[in-house]
Amino acid sequence: MAVTTLPAQRTLDVPAVLKECGLAAFVAFALAAPMVGLETLPLTGGLGINTRFGAVAYAAVLVFFGRLGFALLRAGYPVPVLIASLVFAAVLISLLLTGADQILPFKSLILNWFIALLAVVITVRAAWALHRPTAEMAARERENVMDRVGIAVLRGARWLGPLAIAVAIALPFLPFADRRFLDLAILVMTYVMLGWGLNIVVGLAGLLDLGYVAFYAVGAYSFALLALHFDLGFWVSLPLAGLMAAGAGVLLGFPVLRLRGDYLAIVTLGFGEMIRIILVNWYSFTNGPDGLSGIPRPSFFGFPFTRRPAEGTMSFHQLFDVDFASIQRIIFLYYVILVLALVTNMFTLRLRKLPLGRAWEALREDEVACRSLGINPTNTKLTAFGIGAMFAGIAGSFFATRQGFISPESFTFIESAIILSIVVLGGMGSQIGVVVAAILLIGMPEWFRELGQFRMLAFGAGMVLIMIWRPRGLLAHRDPTIRLNRDGDFEAPG
Amino acid sequence: MSADATTVTAGDAALLRVEHLTIRFGGLIAVDDLSFAAQDREITALIGPNGAGKTTVFNCLTGFYKPSVGRFVLNLADGPRYLERMEGFDIARAGVARTFQNIRLFTGMSVLENLLAAQHNKLMRASFFALAGLLNLRSYRRAEAEAVELARYWLDRIGLSDRADINAGNLPYGDQRRLEIARAMCIEPVLLCLDEPAAGLNVRESAELNALLAYIRDEHRIALLLIEHDMSVVMEISDHVVVLDYGKQISAGSPAEVRKDPAVIRAYLGEEEDAELPPIIEKDLGEGS
Amino acid sequence: MAYFLQQLINGITLGAIYGLIAIGYTMVYGIIGMINFAHGEIYMIGAFISVICFTALGLLGITWVPLALLIVLVIAMVFTAVYGWTVERIAYRPLRGSSRLAPLISAIGMSIFLQNDVQLLQGARIKPLQPVIEGGFILTEMDGFAVHLGYIQIFIVFLTVVLMALFSVFIARTDIGRAQRACEQDRTMAGLLGVNVDRTISLAFVMGAALAAVAGTMVVLYYGVVHFYIGFLAGIKAFTAAVLGGIGSLPGAMLGGLLIGLIEVFWSAYFTIEYKDVAAYSILVLVLIFRPTGLLGKPEVEKV
Repeated sequence: MAVTTLPAQRTLDVPAVLKECGLAAFVAFALAAPMVGLETLPLTGGLGINTRFGAVAYAAVLVFFGRLGFALLRAGYPVPVLIASLVFAAVLISLLLTGADQILPFKSLILNWFIALLAVVITVRAAWALHRPTAEMAARERENVMDRVGIAVLRGARWLGPLAIAVAIALPFLPFADRRFLDLAILVMTYVMLGWGLNIVVGLAGLLDLGYVAFYAVGAYSFALLALHFDLGFWVSLPLAGLMAAGAGVLLGFPVLRLRGDYLAIVTLGFGEMIRIILVNWYSFTNGPDGLSGIPRPSFFGFPFTRRPAEGTMSFHQLFDVDFASIQRIIFLYYVILVLALVTNMFTLRLRKLPLGRAWEALREDEVACRSLGINPTNTKLTAFGIGAMFAGIAGSFFATRQGFISPESFTFIESAIILSIVVLGGMGSQIGVVVAAILLIGMPEWFRELGQFRMLAFGAGMVLIMIWRPRGLLAHRDPTIRLNRDGDFEAPG
Repeated sequence: MSADATTVTAGDAALLRVEHLTIRFGGLIAVDDLSFAAQDREITALIGPNGAGKTTVFNCLTGFYKPSVGRFVLNLADGPRYLERMEGFDIARAGVARTFQNIRLFTGMSVLENLLAAQHNKLMRASFFALAGLLNLRSYRRAEAEAVELARYWLDRIGLSDRADINAGNLPYGDQRRLEIARAMCIEPVLLCLDEPAAGLNVRESAELNALLAYIRDEHRIALLLIEHDMSVVMEISDHVVVLDYGKQISAGSPAEVRKDPAVIRAYLGEEEDAELPPIIEKDLGEGS
Repeated sequence: MAYFLQQLINGITLGAIYGLIAIGYTMVYGIIGMINFAHGEIYMIGAFISVICFTALGLLGITWVPLALLIVLVIAMVFTAVYGWTVERIAYRPLRGSSRLAPLISAIGMSIFLQNDVQLLQGARIKPLQPVIEGGFILTEMDGFAVHLGYIQIFIVFLTVVLMALFSVFIARTDIGRAQRACEQDRTMAGLLGVNVDRTISLAFVMGAALAAVAGTMVVLYYGVVHFYIGFLAGIKAFTAAVLGGIGSLPGAMLGGLLIGLIEVFWSAYFTIEYKDVAAYSILVLVLIFRPTGLLGKPEVEKV
């Protein structure tokens, strides 16, 4: 609740502040009392209860002082806040470092570290306020800072893009790129591709799609079924799966695309779940919850990545006369997804400059005006939906061949939510934003496996916080797709 | 009340004929048996007090509502089009452009992009539905250059060439109004419908608007249909005026005729016929002559 | 026939539960025009609080059923309402006035957060609860099939009807209800006329959460289990109910809930139980396509 809208003032209305902090503490207490205070434990024949009242009281006290700290900062008294938070942070961290944290009411190490981190943040803020007495880095100013970053990134895209691509190409040969790192890079790159695909639908055309994972699933299953039943190779199945996903997109999109924004969101969510339920229950076709296994691995244009290829064929390492190493396949997979993602990106960037892409953006801005200019809204939306679905389908095929196994488990609503948050957090319509957000949301949590069960919790909280902090996304700055005046400089964001 | 049958016959060769238009919302009759015509190379003004049903006529004409009774006939060179049977975007493709009472620009896009979005259909055909564009073929590049030229022509007209690359939403109000008209002209229409184009403009901007509308009529030789409150605009530039009140046509004719019609004065000023016109309105009404 | 009657009873019971959740969606949508995506989780939290409370009461020795029920209902409503208030305060209020997408994303984030929060605090296992209201009676017996009407079913339907009646009177008669309706009509104008809009919006969340808590208690009593994942599906179905009835309309939410409950039960009984959720989603899609205003909603005229 750190959102302050009041102007900075150097007056301290003690009763009002205490009331405010008391209310916050009371709310924290009420939230925590049943959920934290009373833990239900499974016993034979029913439930038992484990009480954790100490933790409830501790939470309420923490919230009280945290709120008080913010109130004091806002009122212009940074010194007591600085001292108090510094002392608290120091005590907490030393307890944690000496392993004496068992005396704390919260038993979770991560949670205690998180609280210590918060204390440090408040300390830094207080120090900042001391340094600049008028402090109050107003929301507006913050917006401008991020907007400037967005513009700088866009302006830098000319050399940043090629640089990023060069790094991406060199990545497998960097010294720290072990197998785990490459697997993670492939995962991030898959989400980058999905994000870029969904960016067409959400970022450009402004259609909120909460069921994007459905097309990912259609692509994966189409690929698997084509490969398993018709023995089609990777490079044949891949475009076919993309086309099937696009077909599914058009088919599902056609009836619903005239719906208003949030209704469309819910309907697409419904479609996503329906496809998943069908995948689970249509046993004869999809093998139900057990999923499909034995999906062929990709080959290097016909040369498989095996130590001993079948009679009469040649494997990759024989072709290039190198020693067999399983990482070769991983590196190849990495390059495949890199190329697929880059194709998605270039396709999108090109389309944005074409009348179709311009119509998508116009539709996002004002559908009524579009109709009055002779743009057919349904068809235009349908192309966005279909093309977005196609890229999801291709990404799905890649997913299937990489895993060698797919099941409906992989295509739940949460996947759609993750892809959508990559697009929105990155800044809708921003291609680089998608990369940044994918690294933040997929790369970081995978890297910090230690967060364990807190991962999804942090993920949800992060979504809320970033939305509040920057409703338009991290790098939300749009540049015209065409210029009349060549020397036109970057305009100030309005 | 003047007989509307004469208006209909008089407009037989007109570009647009509105015939016996009736629009009901539930029990409310918003427009009642309205007939008028808009001629080529003329500015036809639709005026009337607030709530007279003017904007409803526009929304119906441009396909946002369907009429309960009546039809719109657009006489094109290759035959008539019945607009009430068409979708909104098809009406625009047939050559009917419009602007909105509360401006509807693509505020997040640049001024130039607004004008190019209006040339969507032409460019889509030129790019073979994006295929030629993806391959960056020369035919598409030429079409795009032509589209930019058309946009530049209109930007020069409305004096926004040097600001073509800024976001449309960042323009001042008066410029946004003119940009919306330029955008409508970029679909190269045969009929341009303007919903209160002078609303919120100051005197100078209003005069510029009059010049722009007259220019469009005289140089581009198309029909303009105009809803307006601002009498100075109506009286100065209209060739034909239709007066609506409570969804009914109460008068029609040249600005001079309409101004003298007692029914019009009654509609604007209330029932007491012998009440003197307040000076400000007298001035407004008289400004055109 | 007997089978049909039995399904009808089951369907009405389930429908009552959906209806209570749907009111939360419809009220929030009516006032601020957003889908409170986290409402399903609020309902789940209500169910959890009820289980915790029942267990605690059992350990304290309060076993007289009417008293225990009353305590649990009150506690669940109060504490769940605090969750409703907090969600609005943290995730939605700062985003009022921004685009339509931002609050929806924030709501999805909130929903993920709450789900994992409960999972962390209370464990991922299914929580069982011993039956509190047992027994019932046989209505009729036909063709060797006994139509069973449980006391719990009577309780659920009765409580729903009472709550709905109270709630309707509340909205129609009190100042707070008037403020709610005023904000539904025109938030800016209501604010200018002295209605505290922030408080009214908060109250809509609080009331919706309290009713969802009752639904949670009912589900716990009816099925005897609760799991941190129940919020998502119930939320979608209740939202479908709200849309089917006409979003923004309180009687509509109840009617929609009833219909969704009946459809789900009859679909499971006469077709395939695996596809009962597909049935619910299909109805959502069909209603939104063919009658976006729902059964009792007011038509929305497009503003040009």
